[in-house]
Amino acid sequence: MAKIQFLLNNRSINAELPSGTTVLDFVRYNQHLVGTKIGCREGDCGACTVLVGEIRDDRLFYQSMTSCLMPLGNAHGKHIVTVEGLNMENLTPVQQAIVDEGGTQCGFCTVGFVVSLSGFTLSQKEHNYENAIAAIDGNICRCTGYKSLERAAAIITKQLAEKDTENSVEWLVEKGFIPDYFLTIKERLEALQSSVIEPSGEGQRVFMGGGTDLFVQRPEEMADSPLYHVFGQPSLTGIEEHKGYCYIGAASTAEDIQASPVMQAIFPNLRAHMKLVSSTPIRNMGTLAGNIVNASPIGDLTAFFLALDSSIVLNHFGQQREIKLRDFYLGYKKLDKATAENVETIYFKIPDKNSYFNFEKVCKRTHLDIASVNSACLVKVEKGVVKEAHLSAGGVAPIPKYLAKSSAALVGKKISPELLKEVELILQEEVAPISDARGTSDYKRLLLRQLFYAHFLTFFPKEIQLAELV
Amino acid sequence: MTKDIKQGIAKSMKNIDSANHVTGKSIYVDDIPVRVGTLYACAYGSPMAHGKIKNVDTKAAAEHAGVYSIITHKDIPGENQIGGIIQDEPLLAEGEVHFQGQPIVLVIAETEAIAHAAVKKIKVEIDPLPVIVDPREAFAKGELLSTPRTFSLGDTKKAFAKCAHVFEGQAESGGQEHLYIETQGAYAYPTEHGSVRISSSTQGPTQVQRATAKVLGLPMNKVEVDVTRLGGGFGGKEDQATPWGAMAALAAFVLQRPIKYVLHRMEDMKMTGKRNPYTSDYKIGLDKDLKIVALESTYYQNGGAAADLSPAILERTLFHLNNSYFIPNVQATANSCRTNLPPNTAFRGFGGPQGMFVIEAAIAHAAKELGVDAIDIQRKNLLAEGDEFPYGQIAEGCEAINCWDEAVERYDLEKIKKEVVAFNEKNTQFKKGLSLMPICFGISFTNTQMNNARALVHVYSDGSVGVSTGAIEMGQGVNTKMVQVAAEIFGLDPKRVKLESTNTTRVANTSPSAASATADLNGKALAIACNDILARLKKVAQDNLGHDEKTAIEIKHETVFANNKKTKLTWHELVQAAFMARVNLSAKGHYATPRINFDKTKEKGHPFAYHVYGTAITVATVDCVRGTYEFDCVKLVHDFGASMNRIIDLGQTEGGLVQGIGWMTMEELMYNKEGRLLSNALSTYKVPDIYAVPREIDVHFLNTDNPNLAIFRSKAVGEPPLMYGIGAYFAIRNAVESFNPKAKMAYSAPITPEKVLMGLYS
Repeated sequence: MAKIQFLLNNRSINAELPSGTTVLDFVRYNQHLVGTKIGCREGDCGACTVLVGEIRDDRLFYQSMTSCLMPLGNAHGKHIVTVEGLNMENLTPVQQAIVDEGGTQCGFCTVGFVVSLSGFTLSQKEHNYENAIAAIDGNICRCTGYKSLERAAAIITKQLAEKDTENSVEWLVEKGFIPDYFLTIKERLEALQSSVIEPSGEGQRVFMGGGTDLFVQRPEEMADSPLYHVFGQPSLTGIEEHKGYCYIGAASTAEDIQASPVMQAIFPNLRAHMKLVSSTPIRNMGTLAGNIVNASPIGDLTAFFLALDSSIVLNHFGQQREIKLRDFYLGYKKLDKATAENVETIYFKIPDKNSYFNFEKVCKRTHLDIASVNSACLVKVEKGVVKEAHLSAGGVAPIPKYLAKSSAALVGKKISPELLKEVELILQEEVAPISDARGTSDYKRLLLRQLFYAHFLTFFPKEIQLAELV
Repeated sequence: MTKDIKQGIAKSMKNIDSANHVTGKSIYVDDIPVRVGTLYACAYGSPMAHGKIKNVDTKAAAEHAGVYSIITHKDIPGENQIGGIIQDEPLLAEGEVHFQGQPIVLVIAETEAIAHAAVKKIKVEIDPLPVIVDPREAFAKGELLSTPRTFSLGDTKKAFAKCAHVFEGQAESGGQEHLYIETQGAYAYPTEHGSVRISSSTQGPTQVQRATAKVLGLPMNKVEVDVTRLGGGFGGKEDQATPWGAMAALAAFVLQRPIKYVLHRMEDMKMTGKRNPYTSDYKIGLDKDLKIVALESTYYQNGGAAADLSPAILERTLFHLNNSYFIPNVQATANSCRTNLPPNTAFRGFGGPQGMFVIEAAIAHAAKELGVDAIDIQRKNLLAEGDEFPYGQIAEGCEAINCWDEAVERYDLEKIKKEVVAFNEKNTQFKKGLSLMPICFGISFTNTQMNNARALVHVYSDGSVGVSTGAIEMGQGVNTKMVQVAAEIFGLDPKRVKLESTNTTRVANTSPSAASATADLNGKALAIACNDILARLKKVAQDNLGHDEKTAIEIKHETVFANNKKTKLTWHELVQAAFMARVNLSAKGHYATPRINFDKTKEKGHPFAYHVYGTAITVATVDCVRGTYEFDCVKLVHDFGASMNRIIDLGQTEGGLVQGIGWMTMEELMYNKEGRLLSNALSTYKVPDIYAVPREIDVHFLNTDNPNLAIFRSKAVGEPPLMYGIGAYFAIRNAVESFNPKAKMAYSAPITPEKVLMGLYS
């Protein structure tokens, strides 16, 4: 049992429960707030979306998260908002827009959309239509075909054009987007003790990040395991540049990475790349270290950072060591890591101006899906000659694959269609995809070839033509 | 002829549940406050797809802390049988198992988590038997769920001899998981006199009632089924809600405790059936002018391990084998094949889309071989007034050509064509594809006897109105339409009308909410009941106002009009007067669709009250490097008759279309040879998300003047739009062929990015 304190809507919660209880079960079955629905319990439908508020830069900061994968321990010190915490006597503009546009049919997914869009109104991101749609990219609706929800999102976006961004919460309260108790939240959050929850219970300690893998893979165990909640820990977050290197705290989420000015400066296409990685609520939860240690052969962030030839810093009871990410994977889900060892930092050398970087991912559904094959590529080219190359791919081997031979084969050569065709043959020798729900091995091989070519078609649109490659 | 709904009163009414939906106040099965003493159920499903049960060891599960009871088929007081059309499905497996996930044991525990944990401790020994997952293999081995059916028209043998062009081929369409966001579930508790009450997430409360009564050995009047609403159904809760309702009731009855069973997503996906996959053969013959002269086709339906609704679905495949085309010579046979998958079942379209995919594939095949545009073949063969369907019905009020031509003109097809050609000439990495998809869908249960419904109306002494029907609200907006019917007939503000839950004690012997016919059947029954009360009220008004019986009384905007003149008498006063005069303010309406009939011995008749028509234009863009695709637009013209609620009908059209696109593109059910579902979670089975839908969906409401049997002439809209999604398949395919004219691609849906990439580089 852990002592967990947080705000749930307008109430203070002091719970003594296993910190691995999901927020979903807590709000529905402990607090009897049944507006939050259960659709899949694996973060893939968004019916259970809640808002998670905290103070960042002296302002209230809200993000959407799927409560089915969120341990109660990660709610500690936060403000959790369910639909009941948004309801007032009149419908909010978000609720009204969905009603007016017929954006609800069976109603079961609807609350998730309401919460996600309300999160959009609270967000400090620009209130444009694209961001409004991005706010609901983790919500699945089986009835409407989304068009009515798009129309509702457009109406809300228009209404937010007037928003006073300096006094965001006050403006939203005044316009009826959120109840007035939100005006008291900042003060109440400051008063909450934000001490770290100590792992309790018997057995092997589990490092709990955002929960997005552990609660999918081992949901039953989580309630009984002693959890070490690293999510959001200041010592494990932050993204910084230092002497030509970029350092990323292990508990940084995919959203932290996407929102980082440092990362955005290095990768001009970062937003487009990250849009291919799961969904907004999952990006708000899933951590970089979680993706790396989960060791899924198809991890998106892992493939991304492999091609940057990243290193990771591990900590074992205060003892630090470093290892190249490409050397971290020993076999299927087998890591060069002691059980009690945790990832602290991921860092990479910032590519120079002669370097090109690209990330590719193809799956059955372009967004909110797991890749059939993904791949990232970094090449440094001077006068048409490759000086350095790092190529990675997921879904083609038992581990997230750093394609060492193919990378090496590029170096020192002049970029040409012939070179790419030659290297593609090496590429195929380096991989051994299996047939599964994400595709046959033949498909994955063809797709890998295509994604390899796609990198260079993207880098050198004038020099490389598709017709010369296939 | 029915009148259209009047302008103004309720035509643009919003879904009556929407305010509760957006505030999370709508109640679904899992939201019902539980009674003290509630226990939780979880079923142990067979780990094997086919075999003989040798031993069931539940000892460890029974000893698991918090487990209250273990239930097997031995505990069933009545008959262990829940089959609908054919009695071939036990509630809990006995002796043999026939699909992976087939329930064998039910664990009852103090919490849901305990029930799930205890199920993992059950050990069942099974002697494996051969597993069949392929319907053609099942057919070859004589494994049929029902007698094959054959529809014929004209003489195909003679016709083929005269054809200028004959093409043969195979077409396959995959299954489809319903993925209602609310999983299956039921909450049951014992009531007095050895009865039981079940709150069920079902489209067919009477099915749950009938099956449960049989399982418990009770008369039907001792089983009450109540349904408030469903978090999505799409056919998946027509028959397949029954086992969970029956299991919860069985445990409640045996243990005399309230029992809740709401399935986890992976249980639901593993244990329940889906849209029937089909594999089919076709032979199509055309004359030199591209007129389709003959079609021979054979359909192999993957029915799964039990009949469920598959024989009826099979029948509808034949009813829609010609889609929206007139084909004078037809010989078509359909086989429902027994395999070791969960019993497949109804899904929006009910076999119709599967039949339509085959004729569209045959036309595309012919077009490709002949080097013509499929659009030209499609247009030349559209159904016209007076044409005969292969089952003998004559097309009346046929809007096939109207819809097509309106779409071509309104959306400027010539311009779209030119833009696609120009784009493809300019681009190598991306190609666009265009398709047209006409639809024709028959409205009525093809089983004539099911086309009836009842409604119960109470006008309370304060003028408020309570309505019960057999319709189930599952998002399609039927309850809103029911409010509109009552408000329209009584001349009331819709706020006066309350829709009650669907309950077998108030409205009995219901047909399931299915076949797109729910609003028609229940709406007409409701109209009859309302008109009965209205007639009584009019008489009271005549008396009250001192008029004779010849005075025309109307109620508009809650006020009584006599001979078109407004009186001082309000609705409220009129109801009061009627109450004081001891007039019956309640009525029951019963409606049975007139005229329809079907003779299965001849496979001829007039099975449908009417048909719904439409045409969709789809443009897709394929990324020829990556094999991915997106949809620029779907622009369609749909025959609504006279829509009684544009918001709801638009939502059904957009939603149906997108679900159809999902079926044809990314939704891929994969079973291995052992009959295990590989795409068993939302992480592996993908339905459209907000980025996957066409950038633009344009729906034009074709309002038509022909009389029809729909409620207020507002045609059924639930299923037909799904079939526009078939256009997505052909648009993608056309784009692939534009990149690689020699692409070798089977006519096999869904057309996943895998099939696209393999096609691009074949």
